[in-house]
Amino acid sequence: MFEVFIESVLKIIIFFTVLISSSAYLVLLERKICAYVQDRIGPNRVGFKGLLQPLADLLKLVTKEDIVPKNANKFIHHLSPIISVAIAFSTMAVIPVGDTIEIFGKEIKLQIADVNIGILYILSLTSISVYGIALSGWSSNNKYSLLGGLRSSAQMISYEISMGLAIIGVVMTAGSLELDEIVKSQAGFKWNIFLQPIGFIVFLVASFAETNRTPFDLPEAEPELVGGYHTEYSGLKFGLFFLAEYTNMIIASAIIVTLYFGGWQIPFGENFISSSVVLSITQIFSFLIKVGLMLFFFILVRWTVPRFRYDQLMNVGWKIMFPLSLLNILITGIFYFLF
Amino acid sequence: MIKKQIRKNDLNFFQRTYITEIFKGLSLTFRKIFQKKFTRQYPEEKWNPPISFRGRPVLVQEKNGTERCVACMLCARVCPALAIEIQADETFEYSKERYPKKFEINMLRCIFCGFCEEVCPEEAIVMSQEFELVFSSQDEAIFGKDKLLIPKEKLQNRLEFLRQYR
Ligand code: SF4
Ligand code: SF4
Repeated sequence: MFEVFIESVLKIIIFFTVLISSSAYLVLLERKICAYVQDRIGPNRVGFKGLLQPLADLLKLVTKEDIVPKNANKFIHHLSPIISVAIAFSTMAVIPVGDTIEIFGKEIKLQIADVNIGILYILSLTSISVYGIALSGWSSNNKYSLLGGLRSSAQMISYEISMGLAIIGVVMTAGSLELDEIVKSQAGFKWNIFLQPIGFIVFLVASFAETNRTPFDLPEAEPELVGGYHTEYSGLKFGLFFLAEYTNMIIASAIIVTLYFGGWQIPFGENFISSSVVLSITQIFSFLIKVGLMLFFFILVRWTVPRFRYDQLMNVGWKIMFPLSLLNILITGIFYFLF
Repeated sequence: MIKKQIRKNDLNFFQRTYITEIFKGLSLTFRKIFQKKFTRQYPEEKWNPPISFRGRPVLVQEKNGTERCVACMLCARVCPALAIEIQADETFEYSKERYPKKFEINMLRCIFCGFCEEVCPEEAIVMSQEFELVFSSQDEAIFGKDKLLIPKEKLQNRLEFLRQYR
């Protein structure tokens, strides 16, 4: 029992550090890619080629004044960024980053919590994360924040449906709700992206909407809503929202990779690499590389596609994504019924 | 020619799903990443303005150390921003009768329009190539004769440039 406890705590510490530092560097990556797309160079002053920029950003956020609006509900105003971050981080708990690895004669699963309903856990947590945004919008006592929060709730709820239905297709092919099983079912090149192209597109679009990224970043549409739900936040609390946004992006990419790109699988990797430890480590790296490519795609989309209008967003959500996800289930069902 | 406005009905099915268009856009932004960048690393890489550039206005200093200006006040009159303040005084040296005892340009007001240079009958005030103007207080922004007077040799290029158009 004690051993299990130590193991989990160690895993949590490692996952947490990696996640928090990578979301800090994701901000830098985003700024760099944005600059390169726009024929600029981007931040390159702090440290070697600007590599210490996240530290400078953090310093700036910490030293800023923390303003709470006059008639805001103070408790909820403080609570909502915490909800956002906590939920963003806890989603990571069920994502497998590698196969079971053997260290010091002990079998260690590279996953914090091996929950047998992993997908449900992720779905439920992403629905809770609406609270962080909706509450922050409501508690700020500001019309722009409130509108941002409301939009976000409406958007997340509508896209959650197609997201869940798209996942059902994956669950049907894998025959399990356990993420580890889903990854293992995609061995070789049986990646779900090839088996479930429609489901993949629906899930991808829904993840963009869930993470509030362009083209669906309506909750924080600057021209209409100033900063959206975080208009009234400053200093570290704003930093927490920022962190949550980028962590959500990482998590969304990790989930997409797990569900559709074979997770940590290297196609036919076990044929080339004989040593099991080396294989496990390369598998972890393959997971990280896949997630990195997915993140690059997220960022590139942000600097390419303009923002949707709100009615267009709802149209896409209900009239296109929802029927598509149903169709996906139908096709998958017929396929499995026949073969 | 007026371009025909594209309506939704003119698009074919693939264009209407946006997917091909989005990939076109993505490939454009992706190619942009590897293209040449236009950023100038400013404090290290200085910009050399062309000779027609209107930097801060300066007074031409003759070889004998006095200014060319005869305090005719035309520049102060024409200045749209009211940036120039001149106090004239009498002098019998150097074959001119008036000289500016005080010549001040408030660089916070100056809009670098170059009217003063155009109107000056003596070619005594010209726009220089300097554009790095930093001050930490309002008093510092008022440039007196000490800062405005620049030896004629250094402004030769600009003076020759002006000659071409007179
Ligand atoms: S450049 Fe224009 S604004 Fe500046 S001092 Fe000359 S006339 Fe005035
Ligand atoms: S117009 Fe020329 S000569 Fe007249 S006051 Fe101005 S600088 Fe001096």
